Amino acid sequence: MQFFFEVLIGGLLAGVMYSLVALGFVLIYKASGVFNFAQGGMVFFAALTFVGLQEKTGMPFWVLIAATLAVMVVLGIVIERVVLRPLVNQPQITLFMATIGLAFFIEGLAQIIWGTEVRRLDLGLQDEPIGALMDQFGILVSKFDLIAALVAGILVAVLAVFFNKTRIGRALRAVADDHQAALAVGIPLKQIWAIVWSVAGFVALVAGLLWGARNGVQFALTFVALKALPVLILGGFESILGAIVGGLIIGAAEKLAEVYLGPHLGGGIEGWFAYMLALLFLLVRPEGLFGEKHIDRV
Amino acid sequence: MLYRESGQFKTTYAADQQLFPIRQDRYAIGLLLAVAFVVIPLFASSYWLTALLIPFLVFALATLGLNILTGYAGQLSLGTAAFMAVGAVAAYNFQLRIPGMPILVSFILGGLTAALIGIAFGLPSLRIKGFYLAVATLAAQFFIPWLLVKVSWFSNNSASGVITAQPIEILGFAFDSPPRKYLLVLTIVALMALAAKNMVRSSIGRAWMAVRDMDVAAEVIGIRIMRTKLIAFAVSSFYCGVAGALYAFAYLGSVEPDGFNLDLSFRILFMVIIGGAGSILGSFLGAAFITLLPIFLDVLLTEGAAALNLNLPSGMTSMAQLVVFGALIIFFLIVEPHGLARLWQILKEKLRLWPFPH
Repeated sequence: MQFFFEVLIGGLLAGVMYSLVALGFVLIYKASGVFNFAQGGMVFFAALTFVGLQEKTGMPFWVLIAATLAVMVVLGIVIERVVLRPLVNQPQITLFMATIGLAFFIEGLAQIIWGTEVRRLDLGLQDEPIGALMDQFGILVSKFDLIAALVAGILVAVLAVFFNKTRIGRALRAVADDHQAALAVGIPLKQIWAIVWSVAGFVALVAGLLWGARNGVQFALTFVALKALPVLILGGFESILGAIVGGLIIGAAEKLAEVYLGPHLGGGIEGWFAYMLALLFLLVRPEGLFGEKHIDRV
Repeated sequence: MLYRESGQFKTTYAADQQLFPIRQDRYAIGLLLAVAFVVIPLFASSYWLTALLIPFLVFALATLGLNILTGYAGQLSLGTAAFMAVGAVAAYNFQLRIPGMPILVSFILGGLTAALIGIAFGLPSLRIKGFYLAVATLAAQFFIPWLLVKVSWFSNNSASGVITAQPIEILGFAFDSPPRKYLLVLTIVALMALAAKNMVRSSIGRAWMAVRDMDVAAEVIGIRIMRTKLIAFAVSSFYCGVAGALYAFAYLGSVEPDGFNLDLSFRILFMVIIGGAGSILGSFLGAAFITLLPIFLDVLLTEGAAALNLNLPSGMTSMAQLVVFGALIIFFLIVEPHGLARLWQILKEKLRLWPFPH
């Protein structure tokens, strides 16, 4: 039982990381109806830029964060300008394929600028079990994971406040609801999109730093980011809450399956389990746990 | 002046419905096939055949398959490589386990196995569409290669699931040298392209396009959506399966399931987008473009670096490839969503008026 809880908690904390990536997807989807396949590439780009700047300049931590954030914001604005604006009013599937191209572009660009080798990212957090929990319950919980969860929690809270209480947040929600109506009441659509992509860049930065510190900054990061897709299927594409809950479910289910089902199936099932779970889920409830149900009319 | 259909009158229904109604088109196709079947095997070096032409034809076949699904039926798939893997491994096993199995029958059975798997993964498409479906096909992309590696029966107990394709022999004639393999692949691809060209203008092809353009409206006018979508998945997977079998048997010789990865799926999707979604010709143009581009870039970068005395870091060319692919995809989607095939069409229309455009 103790082992079960240990696996469960480990899975939930890993799920927090998935949620972080999924959050970036949801933000952009809500505001522009674009399913941004390049979110994984942006996570990678952010982490690599951070590490690269650290190596080249040796600036202090907070300056680095600010510098990387500036780069991500510029990237977001450029993406909006160059890729999205010419594709306004195209079918969703075209936009989706454009973001696949974008993902390739960003991943290639990041490695051309900063090189292809695997980097270590040190945030000054120790990846060691917490003593108190270890002594009291005998459960191994990494300090790093806990801090990551905390950061994710703060991020979600900040975003929730931003979306619900600020002027820009209200404009974002209006745009998500209905582009035409938002335009009609005088909300500047282009600016809003640039803001959304910048915010998504910020989320990508946070996710990239945490993922990078955990697994090293490398190309494989983009594959981990793909795991955010089943998370979204489970949680629903339009819901921030869904991204969080979906991430936790996927993380926990994946780890539990690996530990309890894995040995019977020959191991290595982590690679596809999340996708199969999402596939089965699609058959039952295509709109996800918290998504909006769409009804098609001719 | 040269390319003009004036004076070509159609007096029968058969003449009106033929595949290439313009005489010049028929001559061009005939000439192209003659060059492909006679001139190239005689004069092309074996490097050209094995490194360029055979992969081009194999990828063109896979692109054709994905184009049927994505370009004609409008169902996005990111699992093309997985269906190719199914075709390759199935053909290998039919060949291995049934003594005296003709190799062409193995290819067809491999394709049919892929079609069955394709239908299974196409089932979610009945309830979902767009990028939801993309995630469903991603499941196939990650699950199938894993399964093929884990269950060693599929690869006859070889380590890491590598299969070594049997030599190709049809009616006692061995297809062992590059020109012979090329001719075999070319024949299969030409026949399947012909079939596809006919299929997309038949009732099922029109049903696919109706579903693509607006599924609800298609249903209202009496198209059975479920049947149409599943047939699209089956036919597409069949093409991909045969392409996978040819990839293993005629191109690489021995393949491992992990070689059929997400990267290959994306590459084939790019061929569809750049070549032109919803065009048979586009499948070939896209496959040629994406097969040649890396080689071209490689030469360009090495020559360029040598000329400028630069020392390029290793892996630079593959990174440059990513960037160029990505930029091209975005460029084509923005500027010419119908791809190279549409450019060709525009060229032909210009040619009809040339040299008197007014």
